[in-house]
Amino acid sequence: MKLPVKMTINGQMYSHEVEPRLLLVHYIRETVGLTGTHVGCDTSQCGACTILMGGQAVKACNFFAVQCDGAKITTIEGLAKNGELHPIQQGFWEKHGLQCGFCTPGMILAAHQMLERYPKPSEEQIRHQLEGNLCRCTGYHNIVKAIQWAAEQMAGKK
Amino acid sequence: MATATIERLIGKSIKRREDPRFITGRGTYVDDVKLPGTTHAVFVRSPHAHARIKKIDTTAAAKHPGVVAIFTGKDMTGVNSLPCGWLLPDLKVPPHMPLASDAARYVGDPVAVVIAETEDAALDAADKVKVTWDVLPAVSATDKADARTSAQIHEVAPSNVAFKWQIGDAGAVDTAFRNAARVVKKKIVNQRLVANPMEPRACLARYDAATGDLTLWVTSQNPHVHRLLMAAFVLGIPEQKVRVIAPDVGGAFGSKIFLYNEETICSWATRQIKRPVRWTSTRREAFQTDAHGRDHVTEAEMGFAADGKIVGLRVKTIANMGAYLSTFAPAVPTYLYATLLNGVYTIPAIHAHVTGVFTNTTPVDAYRGAGRPEAAYLLERMIEAGAAALKMDTVEIRRKNFIPKFDNGFQTQVALNYDSGNYAAAFDKLLRMLDYRKARSDQEAARKQGRFLGIGFSTYIEACSIAPSKVVGSLGAQAGLYESGKVRVHPTGGVTVYTGSHSHGQGHETTFSQLVADELGIPMEQIEIVHGDTGAIPFGMGTYGSRSASVGGTALLMSLNKIKEKGKKIAAHLLEASPGDIEYANGQFQVKGFPGKAVPFGQVALTAYVPHKYPEGLEPGLEETSFYDPSNFCFPFGAHACVVEVDRDTGQVKVLRYLAVDDVGNVMNPMIVDGMVHGGIAQGVGQALLEGAVYDKDGQLVTGSLMDYCMPRADNLPVLKVDMTKTASPSNPLGIKGCGEAGAIAAPVAVINAITDAIGSEDLAMPATAQTVWQALQKANNRREAA
Ligand code: FES
Ligand code: FES
Repeated sequence: MKLPVKMTINGQMYSHEVEPRLLLVHYIRETVGLTGTHVGCDTSQCGACTILMGGQAVKACNFFAVQCDGAKITTIEGLAKNGELHPIQQGFWEKHGLQCGFCTPGMILAAHQMLERYPKPSEEQIRHQLEGNLCRCTGYHNIVKAIQWAAEQMAGKK
Repeated sequence: MATATIERLIGKSIKRREDPRFITGRGTYVDDVKLPGTTHAVFVRSPHAHARIKKIDTTAAAKHPGVVAIFTGKDMTGVNSLPCGWLLPDLKVPPHMPLASDAARYVGDPVAVVIAETEDAALDAADKVKVTWDVLPAVSATDKADARTSAQIHEVAPSNVAFKWQIGDAGAVDTAFRNAARVVKKKIVNQRLVANPMEPRACLARYDAATGDLTLWVTSQNPHVHRLLMAAFVLGIPEQKVRVIAPDVGGAFGSKIFLYNEETICSWATRQIKRPVRWTSTRREAFQTDAHGRDHVTEAEMGFAADGKIVGLRVKTIANMGAYLSTFAPAVPTYLYATLLNGVYTIPAIHAHVTGVFTNTTPVDAYRGAGRPEAAYLLERMIEAGAAALKMDTVEIRRKNFIPKFDNGFQTQVALNYDSGNYAAAFDKLLRMLDYRKARSDQEAARKQGRFLGIGFSTYIEACSIAPSKVVGSLGAQAGLYESGKVRVHPTGGVTVYTGSHSHGQGHETTFSQLVADELGIPMEQIEIVHGDTGAIPFGMGTYGSRSASVGGTALLMSLNKIKEKGKKIAAHLLEASPGDIEYANGQFQVKGFPGKAVPFGQVALTAYVPHKYPEGLEPGLEETSFYDPSNFCFPFGAHACVVEVDRDTGQVKVLRYLAVDDVGNVMNPMIVDGMVHGGIAQGVGQALLEGAVYDKDGQLVTGSLMDYCMPRADNLPVLKVDMTKTASPSNPLGIKGCGEAGAIAAPVAVINAITDAIGSEDLAMPATAQTVWQALQKANNRREAA
């Protein structure tokens, strides 16, 4: 039995009939076709699926799509505005915060919420706040730098 | 008129060209490729480590709505065993069928595949496949596999021994030990690891019945190798009808080199059902089926003279191969391990004996460093043991034993001929960065306050730039290890480069562009790098063992030189000069010494394709292909240091400082090299403190998910301090040595040496979890009290 679900993703409204057991992350990837949100595990450990739901960074593998009826979601594809990179995206580029890029969308969106909570995070805070996201390539060193760079840029803009 | 020299890009930290697509979510990984009409494969896997298959009943599953087809091993007629690509003398090579039909030999061994319209339907139907098992005794422990009482896994391998292999001079070691002032002995375990790239393995196979073409998208580090092995050895289909594409790949670390069951089965199945078949591994499947790494149990002895000089080394290693021989498995604990046991030290006598054993566990093959981390770990633990036995400072004993600086060749006791090295220089630089004296006085001061600080060192050598084909051929490789590079200049002067190297995080689109831009004097924007597609690239052996820049880069350089040579002939004709008088500089062909008398690169490119005013007898077009086969390995080296604090009540270890000096030869892009070193260190710290694949005695994988297998997270690591020395390699014209494995080799033992330094106990197993360290602390305390 399929159930109707409606949500706004990156400013666009989507409405589908879906299996109740369909995970939000698969809804985004397979049904809507936005493949920037990744799946790296099956135990909520890796954070590759991180998206923003109502501004909160959440792991999209932790929800059923039908639970998210009416939600406002931003995925990595929706972060740059009018072709202009978000400072966090820019920071990852400037500071070489990615290698294979698989963890990157999740990292960037996790950092997004982090910087909302802690606009001037210490290095320790950044590391602690990244607890929910795994990267196997970078050793996190340059991810920390990228987030620090973004924090500085964003502070300058305010 | 003097033209301004164009700024050189090689050696600069150019921002990566591939990043814009990744930071905006526009990368294309295998699972992102969507084709209409795709079916979904789910594998039925053995829940037992060892069991005979009595019966597979698919009737109920086949009736499940949405099921398209179900296949078992019996259906795959005409399909051969997955091949082992490295044959040691007298190696026992058991059959490894894509779907096991006689018996399953490890948890996760696939026995059937269910293909359905949706993944959910396939999953549900897979649950309905009934396998009747006859459970057999299993063996998982490396050092018990060849025991007489252990279960026999393969008919061809009595006592589960895959091979016995040795290198070095046993007699020389005996003599050296007789004359040694001290011989220290240690049991050293290098635990089993799981590579865990963040992108799980995946494949999508499409057969076009009208043309007979098969296209396979697969998470691969070497798509041509995948194609060759699959077409020629397993499926027996014409190679020219198979195209393998490895698009963006989300990390690999060795685990995506090998030909696996799943892509082979999907490629076979799409030909049966004539619809695309896709499979994406879950993390759970990844733990069970991605080739694991390491898993050595070793008895080592190192002899010292009274002054601390090493006089000999004897090594007996048992290496766990897992249930089958994965693609390059036999090479890892032999030619990639024991040949590195000379390290960066003068060791006059070495003998190593390696036994490879089968167990009822996931196959083991190359994982970042592959053999070399095991060698470095052993040497650096033994030299620490020597320092303790002789009551010498760990810095002093290393200094005493370094091979002195050399520029072109050092013959080791274990077959290799190092290219160039200056080991003491890297170590000294590291000591300065660390401020060794101050670190020791800080340690003492902390100790007075009851805090346990420890300082640990490691040095390493690696064999990169894999590999001279003739050499590896004589050692058992069933392949050549050259690389191809094709440069196509378009009529407008744009350039497309086709490389057999494959990037799964390494940033080749940037570094290779830097090389081409420098050589041709054209902007990077004019250059496109294509990799990972057998349909476009002549051939390729792919990326592993830090071979892309040194081997793949040199192949490119050769093609660029040929382009310039041909361009000179065209330019000479245009300039009415002789080709010998033309030189190429700053993006133009010019008469030597007359920069004013010149034609730009673009004009030569256009002339090559519109050959109206053109040299007699010269072929039109401007496109060159080269294959480069290295003349020797390259040998990067380095020295790492780690400072830890151990909580003496809980055994918890905190890495306070981590410093590295690596010598990777010449560097194309320091930012990228540093990044790779960081990543390697994180994996090495992971091995030292957190990671370890654990099987129970029945062969169940206890650490089968990211909940149980502890991966390093951001707060497990400190800020890393990395620096370099530069000793150009004489083995290739770029002078590059390679940097991919450095951190993963050096870090585990630097961390462990720091912990043993902190707790004053020599015996510590990886991963040094709080519990392990706490136990070691208690033992050390008891010893002290008893004394
Ligand atoms: S996919 Fe790993 S946390 Fe969601
Ligand atoms: S960049 Fe590869 S996992 Fe983070």
